[in-house]
Amino acid sequence: MSTKISELSVGDTRESIVVRDLSRTQIVMYAGASGDFNPLHSDEVYSVEVAGYPTVIAHGQLTMGLAAKLFTDWIVDGELTGFGVRFQRQVWPGDTLTATATITAVSDDEGCRVVDLDLVTVNQAGQPVVTGYARLREYN
Amino acid sequence: MSAENERSEAKTVVADQSEGGFSFPIEAGHIMMFARALGDDNPVYYDESDEETRRRGGITAPPTFVAAAAQFDPDWPYRPRVGVEWNGSGRGPGTAPVSSGGGTSLHAEQHYEYHVPLRPGDVLRVDRELGDSWEKESRRGGMLKFSEEVTRFVNQRGELAVTARRVRVVTERTVEE
Repeated sequence: MSTKISELSVGDTRESIVVRDLSRTQIVMYAGASGDFNPLHSDEVYSVEVAGYPTVIAHGQLTMGLAAKLFTDWIVDGELTGFGVRFQRQVWPGDTLTATATITAVSDDEGCRVVDLDLVTVNQAGQPVVTGYARLREYN
Repeated sequence: MSAENERSEAKTVVADQSEGGFSFPIEAGHIMMFARALGDDNPVYYDESDEETRRRGGITAPPTFVAAAAQFDPDWPYRPRVGVEWNGSGRGPGTAPVSSGGGTSLHAEQHYEYHVPLRPGDVLRVDRELGDSWEKESRRGGMLKFSEEVTRFVNQRGELAVTARRVRVVTERTVEE
């Protein structure tokens, strides 16, 4: 269910699964769309034998983009003015990621409602993979 | 003159042109592909006739879309190029990038400020600027070298559309989970 920005108050929270069982194909789709063809993200042989990782690693920006779906789906009449994250932990194929947003502040900017929210995305083990914030302003 | 020399000369010319940034055309199909890669089926990213799209004055790009400026960045290192050896696997497993020195270059933080929406048909001027760099010792990755980069995206009307700040970290050794 979507919400209007005017209906939100501090403490309101929303949780959503932003990807289930992340596929290598989706990581490849993201590589193609973004232009980031770093072999660490799509080349299993390289990632294991050269970089020393158990498998390919999802792009940080992919995880960030997945997290963004949470508030763009939630707040329909909000225009994003700021969005930032810290990458906490690697995301692997097969991960299921759940994002949670919590409204931390509600303010007024020239007659437009503005909300700030905190964001955390965790993997299936409950470990944070990305944490951050976003600010949305009511559409005029 | 060998083909190799011609190529390195050609590359030098490109590098000279790229001083002062590059141009990033925003295209509807590209936005659609990007949204699909995120598993985001919100119609505001591809459906002109959707009510919500119309309310927003047409199709807009998803929040992290400017990451795709890499497609148009002449200096972007993570793209195979004709005639240039790629470091990923082929017949062999590939080779570590020179810059990493046995560790890994990782994305630590990403921040965006949005000033004006991005729409198909826009042409953005992209300018990158190196910010601070600092070092930190870590238990997991050894010495960590952080560096910051600020990128500004200015549209064809001269409006600053998006400001991006990226923090990268190069680890001394492979980070174990």
